[in-house]
Amino acid sequence: MAHLSEAAVAQINEICARYADEKTPLMMILSAIQKEYGYIPLEVQEIVSEKTGISVAEIYGVVTFYSYFSLQPKGKYVIGCCLGTACYVKGAQQIIDKFSEILGIAPGETTADGMFTIDALRCIGACGIAPAVSINGKVYPKLKVSDVPGIVEEYRNMGGAN
Amino acid sequence: MAKVNIKIEGFPYEVDEGLTILEAAKRCGYEIPSLCTYNHGECSQGSCRVCLVEVKGARGLVAACVYPVSEGMEITISSPKAAAARRASVELLLSNHSMKCQQCDKNGHCELLYAAQITGAREDMFEGAKTPATVDQLTPSIIRDTSKCILCGRCVERCKNAHGKGVLGFEKRGFNTIVAPAENRSLANSPCILCGQCVSVCPTGALTEKSEISKVDEAMAAGKYVVVQTAPAVRAALGEEFGMKIGTAVTGKMVAALRRLGFKKVFDTNYAADLTIMEEATELLGRMKNGGVLPMITSCSPGWINYAEINYGDLLPHLSSCKSPHEMFGAILKSYYAEANGIDPKDMFVVSVMPCTAKKGEKERDQLVTNGLRDVDAVLTTRELAKLIKRSGINFNKLPDEAFDNDIVGDYTGAAVIFGVTGGVMEAALRTAYFAVTGKEHDLIKFEAVRGFDGIKEAELDLNGTKVCVAVAHGMKNAKVLLDDIRAGKSKYQFIEIMGCPGGCIAGGGQPFVKPQFLPNEDIDILDTYKEKRAAALYSEDEKQAVRQSHNNPQIKELYEKFLGEPNSHKAHELLHTSYAAREAFKD
Repeated sequence: MAHLSEAAVAQINEICARYADEKTPLMMILSAIQKEYGYIPLEVQEIVSEKTGISVAEIYGVVTFYSYFSLQPKGKYVIGCCLGTACYVKGAQQIIDKFSEILGIAPGETTADGMFTIDALRCIGACGIAPAVSINGKVYPKLKVSDVPGIVEEYRNMGGAN
Repeated sequence: MAKVNIKIEGFPYEVDEGLTILEAAKRCGYEIPSLCTYNHGECSQGSCRVCLVEVKGARGLVAACVYPVSEGMEITISSPKAAAARRASVELLLSNHSMKCQQCDKNGHCELLYAAQITGAREDMFEGAKTPATVDQLTPSIIRDTSKCILCGRCVERCKNAHGKGVLGFEKRGFNTIVAPAENRSLANSPCILCGQCVSVCPTGALTEKSEISKVDEAMAAGKYVVVQTAPAVRAALGEEFGMKIGTAVTGKMVAALRRLGFKKVFDTNYAADLTIMEEATELLGRMKNGGVLPMITSCSPGWINYAEINYGDLLPHLSSCKSPHEMFGAILKSYYAEANGIDPKDMFVVSVMPCTAKKGEKERDQLVTNGLRDVDAVLTTRELAKLIKRSGINFNKLPDEAFDNDIVGDYTGAAVIFGVTGGVMEAALRTAYFAVTGKEHDLIKFEAVRGFDGIKEAELDLNGTKVCVAVAHGMKNAKVLLDDIRAGKSKYQFIEIMGCPGGCIAGGGQPFVKPQFLPNEDIDILDTYKEKRAAALYSEDEKQAVRQSHNNPQIKELYEKFLGEPNSHKAHELLHTSYAAREAFKD
């Protein structure tokens, strides 16, 4: 656990303690950590394992099962492109390809400057406004490929990486 | 227990409520093809669909392994619809399975191949992609090959129970799912203790032992002086590989076979178990007298040592510094014995036949090198010995009974024999500690309180007015309870025996597989009783011995007189004692 700061360890311990009375606390703990740090590396899983008595193997299994959890740090802006059925037939593949082309990264990757991550999502429940993209919670409806450069520019102008 | 009336194939049966169809059918004399019939709750996912049967009124076919029986239920196993569905389920598993069956280590023990046989499954019915495979051969003990894995999860459950926390888990999702340590690491860089319990339950060749038969071949070919020693638990199970009933002791035939395999000398590790007791009992009494670290914990089980070094680095001073018996024997063979017989220890090659996969790793520890030579050079499991015997064309069942070699080393007592079962080391140590303190033998000899298969056993012994509290734990899940108490300063014990595998060495990860579908002549509850049966074979050998206390072994007495001086002497420490070091659970 050499890579974690004392403050981080203390906060993860606090998160584990928060759900100590839950019958099945793992999902809540992992969600809280994901929200706080943006990713859940092995060192953090080891602490959660120690606190909950659940094996690291099982925790790692949960982290890799749900696409919501990430093993790698994500960018400041996470571009979630919906590839669910409705979005897909409305051209979502071209949208995500355009983001990839402009940012020079594949879905699941983060730009070297730490600004952007592209996530390929399954249905986000916004089929009525397909194809939809969600960036840090803000939803962009009925996107066209030609909208993509402007959106990237908008976030670039908003500020640098963490 | 309430009963329900059911019909199977039109015949009426009364069975216990709460059973699954699979269990109920088994008790009524039916065998529904499945991959978990015998797994004891180590898979309850119902996902493989190999046990599909027809139930009147149910929507579609049902998985017998998870569907409970109910009053009036009518079950059909043999209908063409159910049979075809079962066959297709196996064919789907085969479609994502590496079909290199001939060279598979589990060939002859493979439950998938057996299911394929009885369902009539064909291997090439569904062609398509295969899940990317990992072959992990980095540990000295276990090979993990995901191309053979059917994702049943039995290893995951067994690992959780034996190891306490578990090293293996399901990771990723859908078609990419694999069973692996976190990050699909090698077991070598995970908290795995190499106990091999996962190998015992794996229905296919996804988890197998790492064979060292070729090492032995090479040593023989190089003209080395190759000697072999066998652990007590091996004789209690080896016969199973040759169709004998579980619980048949085959000591004499095993010795005869080893001679015919070309070993120069065939020794019983029990000799060294007696030596271990002398050293360990003396160490314990010394710690009690001089205010040393207590409770002292036994150090015979390398799975347990691995667990301690990974998880309880702070408690290592509690471990006895004694090497495990076969390592002690190696050190004595390459010093005392070699000297007396004019053999250059460098030419000697010591092979240990063990019920254990972790012993393979143990022998490679840096701490087990004496005078520049490894104490033990190769470790074969009970299963590997059976393979070696079969390969050599020996008809094991027809062999005469022969006795172990016994010149200046080799003699053993009843106390040593019972090392192979949980509580045995404790019982043997108590027999000798009692004598050392009181100057007389304990009337009973048997210490019933430390026998049996309860997870944690405890006993109290009066040594001339000093009460000694002892405890025995097997399987790390049980050991953890005692260890956490020590850590919290709450332990009331002076001496603790810990064995890595549940049941002790008789159920070690290197023992013959107990798979009831291949054992039609055993009782249907054999998975509940096989440990007791193997243990009984050892306890009866103890009772047959004229000498039953380690300190009364005449050759051990002679060894101390002529060579070592006294227990825990300087020389004994050089040859028979070792050290431990804490290590990280996840190495980078």
